[in-house]
Amino acid sequence: MSDVFPRGRTAIAGLATYGVGEAPGHTSMELTAKAGLMALDDAGLTLADVDALYVCQPADFFAGLSFAEYLGIRPRYTDNNRTGGSAFMSHIASAALALEAGYIDCALIAYGSNQRTSGGKLATKITSNQWDEPYKPLFPLSSYALAAARHMHVFGTTREELASVALAARAWAQTNPEAFAHGSLTMEDCLSARMISTPISKADCCLVTDGAAAIVMTRMDRAKDCAKVPVPVLGSAAAAWWNSVAQAQDLTMTGARESGARAMEMAGVKPSDFDTVQLYDAFTINTILFLEDLGFCAKGEGGPFVASGAIAPGGSLPVNTNGGGLSYCHPGMYGLFAIIEAARQIRGEAANQLADMNLALAHGNGGTLSSQATVVLGSMATV
Amino acid sequence: MKGPEAEWREALAEGRLLLQRTADGKAVFPPRVAAPGTGEGGLEWFEASGRGTIYSLTWVQRRPPQEPYNVVLVDLDEGARLMSRVEDVAPDTLEIGQEVEAYIDRSGEEPVLLFRLARGAS
Repeated sequence: MSDVFPRGRTAIAGLATYGVGEAPGHTSMELTAKAGLMALDDAGLTLADVDALYVCQPADFFAGLSFAEYLGIRPRYTDNNRTGGSAFMSHIASAALALEAGYIDCALIAYGSNQRTSGGKLATKITSNQWDEPYKPLFPLSSYALAAARHMHVFGTTREELASVALAARAWAQTNPEAFAHGSLTMEDCLSARMISTPISKADCCLVTDGAAAIVMTRMDRAKDCAKVPVPVLGSAAAAWWNSVAQAQDLTMTGARESGARAMEMAGVKPSDFDTVQLYDAFTINTILFLEDLGFCAKGEGGPFVASGAIAPGGSLPVNTNGGGLSYCHPGMYGLFAIIEAARQIRGEAANQLADMNLALAHGNGGTLSSQATVVLGSMATV
Repeated sequence: MKGPEAEWREALAEGRLLLQRTADGKAVFPPRVAAPGTGEGGLEWFEASGRGTIYSLTWVQRRPPQEPYNVVLVDLDEGARLMSRVEDVAPDTLEIGQEVEAYIDRSGEEPVLLFRLARGAS
């Protein structure tokens, strides 16, 4: 069964981030609304143009309704599909289909969280299921630790290799003024960082920050009349292989294998075609797993691949050029920030702008390596 | 009539570790109303041996003087995988691939399925 997707017939017309890092004194909804309005402004559109909302909030399971109420609009469609931090990649898929069908005309996809200044911990009401909970795995950290331990056991992946993911992310962040973590970071710092759930130490974990992000999607004909050059959506696919890691068939292989292959087939591209790759790096093991599962290196070779410097500034595959969840920001659901960095690279607006960016991948992860969703974005030259 | 989850918990409280199996003999856990993937009913209960192998493990660190505790994924010999904890073992001696045996701890409010290193295993 092959996928049907309106390749290049919808586009990101506007985008914005707001309050990245710390935004003291703000509610999550305030941050979300600011980012949403800034994204509309960026597109040269107004709130009156929006007829569909796609949104997630840290603790509001009626976020679609709350967001509509807060903005004071009556959208034709609201969606707060909640697959964890990959939700926004799924939002792009449903928005593209609804736009193409003419069911909606302008989608605002938004997210915001004040988790750093409001509590300082990951703000989520999601927990382990009733089968796992008696054993008190740290949610979600210990599940990633179980995946990392298995990957180390099967492929000989090392803590140094995991750490090189964090070092690459920090190197990108150091030249991104918007990034939260700019300080120096050495291999020794990573290896001596406090262990949390073996083999994952504090240095392997994403940041806890505030931050909001939003994009505006329209059909391509309309996007061409907007303020900025459109960023066409070439493909988007999500995979659901498990919720609890205990149900993974092979914990060294994620649903990214499926979502990536499907999104790339929709786009008519292959891994070697990409100019940059933005991956949801909640933990250092994520980057290794997704590079393998998306086809940027062979299964089991992710560790040596990242240790070679390939993903760091100056490397052969620019990954997480904003600094990623590890060093740019992580307000709890990072997926939309990965999408925005991919789009900024294509627009030529990224802090660490690279030359000749025509094809970018944004990959989202949700839950405990559970939801995997991939978006392929291109320049106007690709449609 | 109870659902399969309640049946499983009742058996655990009586000291029995149950699994389900599909018509073609595939072990199923957690208990379900129908076979995963096919939706076929007629899942049959059977008592598991409790023997298994560690598929992956992590030690969750705590502020001293609290000791770290482990969280493991165990592949049961019959084919299902579940999360649990291995008791009476030091952090540096627990390894992926070790054989373990289940026991049911009924000392608390709810019975809990736990594991120990298998007798005769290193």
